Amino acid sequence: MATTHADPAADVVPDTTDQGGGKIVCNACPVLCNITEGRSGACDRYANVSGVLTRVDPLLLMQRPAGDARLVRFSSDTGWNGNPVAPFQADAAAVPARRGEGEDLFVSGVGSGTTYPDYKPAPFIVSSRHEGVDMVTVVTEGIFSYCSFKIKIDTDRYLGPEQSSVRVDGEVVGHVTTIEYGSQMLSIGGVHHLTGGSKKEGRVTCDVMMALGNKQPVEFDIEGGAKVVVQAGRAPIINGVEEQRMRVGCGSATIGIFAKQWEGHVDEVVVVDDHITGVLSEHQAGKFLDMRDGGIKVIGRKSTPGRYFQVANPGAGWGGTDITDPLKIIKAIDPKKAWPGERILFVSTTGEDWAYFILDDKLQPQPAPVPAAIKKVVDRIGENCEPALCTVLFMGGAGGSLRAGVTENPIALTRSIKEALVQVTCGGAPAYIWPGGGIMVMTDVMKMPDAAFGWVPTPAIVAPVEFSMKLADYEKLGGHMDRVQTLQQVLATAKHTIVGWEPSNPWPMV
Amino acid sequence: MKTMNGAIFAQLDRDRVHFQHGPIDLIIEARGKPATVRAAYALAWERFQGLLEGLVAELALLRSPVQQAQAVNGPVARRMVNACWPYRDVFITPMAAVAGAVADEVLGALVLAGVDKAYVNNGGDIALHLTAGETFRVGVVEGLVRLAGDINVSADLPVRGVATSGWRGRSFSLGIADSVTVLAANAAAADAAATIIANAVNIDDAAIERRPASTIKDDSDLGERLVTVAVGRLSMQKVQAALARGGAEAQRLLDAGLICGAALLLQGEAKVLGLAAPAGSARINQLEYA
Repeated sequence: MATTHADPAADVVPDTTDQGGGKIVCNACPVLCNITEGRSGACDRYANVSGVLTRVDPLLLMQRPAGDARLVRFSSDTGWNGNPVAPFQADAAAVPARRGEGEDLFVSGVGSGTTYPDYKPAPFIVSSRHEGVDMVTVVTEGIFSYCSFKIKIDTDRYLGPEQSSVRVDGEVVGHVTTIEYGSQMLSIGGVHHLTGGSKKEGRVTCDVMMALGNKQPVEFDIEGGAKVVVQAGRAPIINGVEEQRMRVGCGSATIGIFAKQWEGHVDEVVVVDDHITGVLSEHQAGKFLDMRDGGIKVIGRKSTPGRYFQVANPGAGWGGTDITDPLKIIKAIDPKKAWPGERILFVSTTGEDWAYFILDDKLQPQPAPVPAAIKKVVDRIGENCEPALCTVLFMGGAGGSLRAGVTENPIALTRSIKEALVQVTCGGAPAYIWPGGGIMVMTDVMKMPDAAFGWVPTPAIVAPVEFSMKLADYEKLGGHMDRVQTLQQVLATAKHTIVGWEPSNPWPMV
Repeated sequence: MKTMNGAIFAQLDRDRVHFQHGPIDLIIEARGKPATVRAAYALAWERFQGLLEGLVAELALLRSPVQQAQAVNGPVARRMVNACWPYRDVFITPMAAVAGAVADEVLGALVLAGVDKAYVNNGGDIALHLTAGETFRVGVVEGLVRLAGDINVSADLPVRGVATSGWRGRSFSLGIADSVTVLAANAAAADAAATIIANAVNIDDAAIERRPASTIKDDSDLGERLVTVAVGRLSMQKVQAALARGGAEAQRLLDAGLICGAALLLQGEAKVLGLAAPAGSARINQLEYA
């Protein structure tokens, strides 16, 4: 009688009937190959290794630097062999004892496949040791219908009204949400667009989501607003112009930061901003410096002294407004307060736009060469602006049937995650778990491996998910203990690729 | 990524998709308007559903000599039988054309969607679709390692299928060719012809190791027939003689209108015929020896 049992790496359970001659039946596909020991099936994807049905699909593993995790110096005298994750030998004494075998490797969900709808254990349930403690990582690829991408675009430029539809290829794929500090937020994807609309809407949404997750550029057409190209980790391109800087702060904050540095060099500064335009002499910061009221009144709605809302319409001009001529925002110049020779600086919140004027005898502003002391502060505004970026966060609910691939009692997994007994990662990247019900994860795609996202024609998004915990805790939460295999078994039986660990990600085994 | 029946769909990159189900592994690329391409992939995926199950239902017949397999009904099975029928006088089972027939069937869905240009590559057996003015450059590798040359297939040629056979490939060969690449009207025809020609590239030599197919793979349609498992270094005379036999068979198929061209490679020597030949319009570039 042939002994037949399933390799935990295989998401199929071989027929246990005696086939004779050490054969096993592979039920991974309808061909139902009868595989003799030592041979592979018709697909060359599943093999009979000593009576164990073994899959040979490539799986992505990640390796962190051996020993301590210091970076290798790029100099020739370190004895470095060119491997960026190897400890340098010249300083071997400083390298702590090497970790045990396999403690530097993490099995990611990328390429692991899934057993959707997960009535079967996840494709890989891997045990390893971390600092002497037995750990287990349940590795799978989740199919997410309920998922979206939250995008932060660093810009003050006007992208479109809040709640406006965001379109690609004519289809609505998301919407404009709030403006946050120096950034415009978009929400892209979600089940409503994936499966709630027309077939085309679903397909386009799925394409767009795949591209965003895999760090590819996508051009969005915002209803009543701009055309913006978004790519994770890159500057946004708004109406064909690549954004350079993120504003240093709102107009009022800019006044607050630089007031002291302007003191004595200029009589009035107007910081033009789509949100709050600041007027130095009237602003609390100016008052604090005992600045004289220069009589310059700007248009817009006064919030508090020296802080004005709605000085202009949103646009592609100065500081996210439609202003291209700064004098347009002057409502009046009070002749009782202004004086000939009064020095006025207009500047945007990024320092990219600025103009300097001196009032003539008729109290009319006349362009004048800017003194070096003032230009220095304008430049400093620019220097203090961070590069404008697009940040793309994946958000998805892993609280559904996917949990059944981890445990027979899904609520135990949810609770263990909430109690921080289980580390959740997506392709090795740390996932923020939303408080409240379910397992709602949020992950920065820049920390995930390239091409980590896939899709199915449902349409839905496929994303890697790993749950790491102590083996003892896994047993407690009703894990599929009979499916646990060692990392060495995975290495020996699963066709895999090893890439470097993203150094900014914390090691999930803690 | 994986459906209930185990078929896998994956987007490989911006342009290509990957369908896999059991032993079927398709790399697909279609060109055209983005919306058309998406629709084409959806249609192709729809066609892919149940395709393997359909083949499995008739597998016993498909593993028998082609004369006995005439009764098959499935569309892919019919393509296989049709492609192998011209060779019924020698031993051949429709399985000789399975890879090409699957590629042709899935390509049919892409063509239906109205793409400008497309290919379905089923493990080296490729079905092509070209509209006026379009061309494909198909690489030919020697011994499955070195790029030996490339073939330009333009829309005005009758070539819509390219297939390669050889003892190093996934399917067994009775012959010793490193590779035989065939150009034909469709992938199934090319697949069957490549098998026949590769079988004909043969000679007796102690350096050649052969074993019954059944001892290597379970349920092989070749049963106890001896298949090539290793080929040691052969004398130039023997290489030329083996190529001459294969070349004669290829010429016979060319004359019968069954293929458009062929490139036979064995231990650094090559024989190129028909459209693939230096004078042919789809000639192999870079292939210096012949």
